[in-house]
Amino acid sequence: MNPTTEAGGPPPPPTSLAKTHMVLRVNGEDHEVAFRPHKTLLEVLREDMDLTGTKHGCELGECGTCTVLMDGEPKLSCLVLGLESDGVDIETVEGMAGPEGGHPLQHTFAELGAAQCGYCTPGFLLTAKAVLEDDKDPSRETLVEELSGNLCRCTGYLKIYEAIELAAQRMREKGSSDEGGSHV
Amino acid sequence: MSDDNGTPLSPEQQGLRDQLKEGYNLIGKSPIKVDGMAKTTGETKFADDLSLPRQLFVKLHRSHVAYARIKSIDTSKAEALPGVVAVLTGESLPIPFGILPVSQDEHALCIDKVRFIGDPVAAVAAIDEDVAFEAMQLIHVEYEKLDPVFDPAKALLNNEEPLHDYGDDGNVHKRVSMNFGDVEGAFDDADLVLEEKYFFEGNTHLPLEQHATLAWREPDGRLTVWSCTQTPHYVHKAMSNVLEMPPSRVRIIATPNGGGFGGKSDPFNHEIVCAKLALITNRPCKIALTREEVFYCHRGRHPTLMNMKVGFRKDGQMTGMHFQSLLDGGGYGSYGVASTYYTGALQTVTYKLPNYRFDGVRTFTNKPPCGPKRGHGTPQPRFALEVHLDRAAHELGIDPADIRLNHLCPPDSITANWLKVGSMGLGPCIEKVVEASGWRERYGKLPHGKGLGLACSSYISGAGLPIYWNAMPHSGVTVQLDRGGGVAVFCGETEIGQGSDTVLAMCVAEVLGIELEDIRLVVGDTHTTPVDLGSYSSRVTLMMGNAAFQAAERAREMIAKAAGERLEVPSVRLRFAENRVFDVQDPEHGLTFAKAVQLAETKFGTIAVAGSYTPPATPGKYRGAGVGPSPAYSYSAAVIQVDVDPETGETVVEKIWVAHDIGQSINEMLVIGQVEGGVYMGLGEAIMEEMTYRPNRFGVHKIPSMLEYKSPTTYEMPPVETFLIEDPDPNGPFGAKEVGQGPLLPIMPAVANAVFDAVGVRVDEIPVTPDKVLKAMTSKDKRYGPTKYPDLKITDTMYVKTLEQGGDGTSPRPPKAPTSSGKKVSS
Repeated sequence: MNPTTEAGGPPPPPTSLAKTHMVLRVNGEDHEVAFRPHKTLLEVLREDMDLTGTKHGCELGECGTCTVLMDGEPKLSCLVLGLESDGVDIETVEGMAGPEGGHPLQHTFAELGAAQCGYCTPGFLLTAKAVLEDDKDPSRETLVEELSGNLCRCTGYLKIYEAIELAAQRMREKGSSDEGGSHV
Repeated sequence: MSDDNGTPLSPEQQGLRDQLKEGYNLIGKSPIKVDGMAKTTGETKFADDLSLPRQLFVKLHRSHVAYARIKSIDTSKAEALPGVVAVLTGESLPIPFGILPVSQDEHALCIDKVRFIGDPVAAVAAIDEDVAFEAMQLIHVEYEKLDPVFDPAKALLNNEEPLHDYGDDGNVHKRVSMNFGDVEGAFDDADLVLEEKYFFEGNTHLPLEQHATLAWREPDGRLTVWSCTQTPHYVHKAMSNVLEMPPSRVRIIATPNGGGFGGKSDPFNHEIVCAKLALITNRPCKIALTREEVFYCHRGRHPTLMNMKVGFRKDGQMTGMHFQSLLDGGGYGSYGVASTYYTGALQTVTYKLPNYRFDGVRTFTNKPPCGPKRGHGTPQPRFALEVHLDRAAHELGIDPADIRLNHLCPPDSITANWLKVGSMGLGPCIEKVVEASGWRERYGKLPHGKGLGLACSSYISGAGLPIYWNAMPHSGVTVQLDRGGGVAVFCGETEIGQGSDTVLAMCVAEVLGIELEDIRLVVGDTHTTPVDLGSYSSRVTLMMGNAAFQAAERAREMIAKAAGERLEVPSVRLRFAENRVFDVQDPEHGLTFAKAVQLAETKFGTIAVAGSYTPPATPGKYRGAGVGPSPAYSYSAAVIQVDVDPETGETVVEKIWVAHDIGQSINEMLVIGQVEGGVYMGLGEAIMEEMTYRPNRFGVHKIPSMLEYKSPTTYEMPPVETFLIEDPDPNGPFGAKEVGQGPLLPIMPAVANAVFDAVGVRVDEIPVTPDKVLKAMTSKDKRYGPTKYPDLKITDTMYVKTLEQGGDGTSPRPPKAPTSSGKKVSS
């Protein structure tokens, strides 16, 4: 018998509230985390790991706001259980910047006004990052298609395209200068 | 030289004006937003990103019936659930509230009646969201169902059990009738009188961020509330009133809004409930609405049925207009009285209109309340007017561009309804989009199915009067200087994505000649920042910008005095740039900004100065003249190219050209971003967005999800070519006018006009969906739209003489209403 209950304290939580304990690999680091098994990855990231950079817009898989990368692929974290994320490399917006500064996309989104309210921005950034992994010089048509699952109510998407195109250009230029061995 | 009030300028003030004349350091350029990197790194803290230790989670139990009397509420099962800390019902919050003083008709939790599906009845606070959700479902409410009303035309007649016990009569919340000049005579004088009916369906803001609030009772008993609100000042007022706490002990902090568009401008029931539960439980409480709940919060575009009657001369000049609007208000007042007036306010500021009559009625219906959405009350009449002009142009054989260009409202004039128009750049806007789109060569000549449409608009740069009548400033800014050269700027303004933080920093940085990185902002906090009324009515850049200019100018004056003494240079010759203060005649002779601040602090003591802004007096003095006046009006014009599939009726928008009269850009990138965003939102309204309900299913929302509420994705958004017209307005900071709302307005009528050019049919209803286009194509009169307009039962029209008639802006006692003329009407 639970000694707390015996002493007249609160009863133990129902079994549905019992937490699962596991290790999630987020932004290149392994984190021990305990959460209720029905929680989505979105909820685990925000509520159990304090990674509030990942936003929610509908929690029904309709708006793309909660997009994270799972093994490099954009996924809606509101439609994935935390439990399903075992052994997966998860990347959130917090993982995009390093000690040397932000990812080129983070800079161009800020410079060109692709983030107005900024709420849909993390989802767009991660989707765009995945796009640029596959296609270093995406056409406008490619961007229209690849970003069609992310809603933005502020920008009309136009500055988002421009920011991705500028980041892609900078990454290509940096890539070619790196290959040319121009840096020491 | 003197300032606007005739006061002579000090040498330091003159020096600043000379400095600005020599060219701007920052204004008009596109520096990165001050919050840009925070937003792209996920560091910006939105309301739901905040948490406090021991925090409880709040859920609302909402009505599942549209209209009923509450018989009893049984909360016992919820209270017994382990983990539930408190349960709240309406009797604990008996004081009503509402954004407008004349519509204090909401309770945080319903007490006597529920008025729409989604109206909150009870609330729970529990140890986490799961328990709160379960407890919320255990609450049982017994209702005595009442006969709901969903149709405003029926609401006009239904007086048996009106939703509210206030308003003009029955379910009529507000009835307005105003007549300026001789409208009936104007129709008699006209060569053509056109009358038509239009309908604009309701739609909602759909911000990506769902509303959220965190409330905390501080150890000393004071209350702090973080909330995603566009109007912390008004939440502050409502909160302290309902909770019966002195305003000095209630602190509202507006978190950056993840999109607002008007949808976060009311004080909300969930904010008050959350705060009350924090006070009761003595624990931090948080509420975050689901997407479905956000749909039920609404406060979006009023569905509006309109009747537009206009007299024209052969050359296209309007002789007079009689405009009628019937607004479907939903269950509560919200901004509705203002919305009603706004449907009749701005018809006069774009084109010459010597005689004008407006009749407007807002009814209550058992649906979520409507309120202000981007364009507030003006997109509906703008749609009707701009389509009407297109019709008239065709009847009269005039190019739709020319019927507008030839009869523009003159700058520096007073309209029939006593609005004072200052700078007016609509002509250049029209010319830009006409030229860029190849309008003259292509309009009316594209193959069947392809079409071009043109429309224009105007919007206020802030309302001339505050929501609560008072003579205090609408915006205040304080500037505090640090010996290290850092500047702290305090303002109650609220960043909703439009870039107000950046505008604030840029205005101060320009005057002081420093960089944006040297400025630290404290904003949107009712306890530490001076009042700014909020991010609504496109008021922030103009009003906050003027207040910021004044505060910075006062700080600059003190620095210039001290620096001038040290440099032995008359302070009129001092310039502030690149973090230096120097002699314009010998730029090498100067000081660092930080050193100059130290000298000023030595001379004057610690430096913290304030600036504020109050709009100029308005010429209209009649009852209702408070809605419409603004220190400056922005203007926009758009040409839209569509491809209409005659088989399916589907309209694809292929290209949009838009020009906006901004006065002067503060940050050009942000201005273009607002134009593109407004165009996007207008496009959604034009072709797909609708907030509709199922009257045959008890008034439940038809589509309360982002999948089913259609909004434009990347696929629907066409290329947009934007042109800015810069003609500084004397009332704007550096000449700036608004941009947040105006560019949305021409999009809906331009689409409808383009559909007419493409397939020769009129769709007089927004949104222009494929079924409507097809119905128009197969109908006898090649039109789809409303055919009936109910009797608004206007009995008491206010007659106001125009300036031309020798009026003085007041309304004398009304004569008997004339009977309508027998003039032949074409429609």
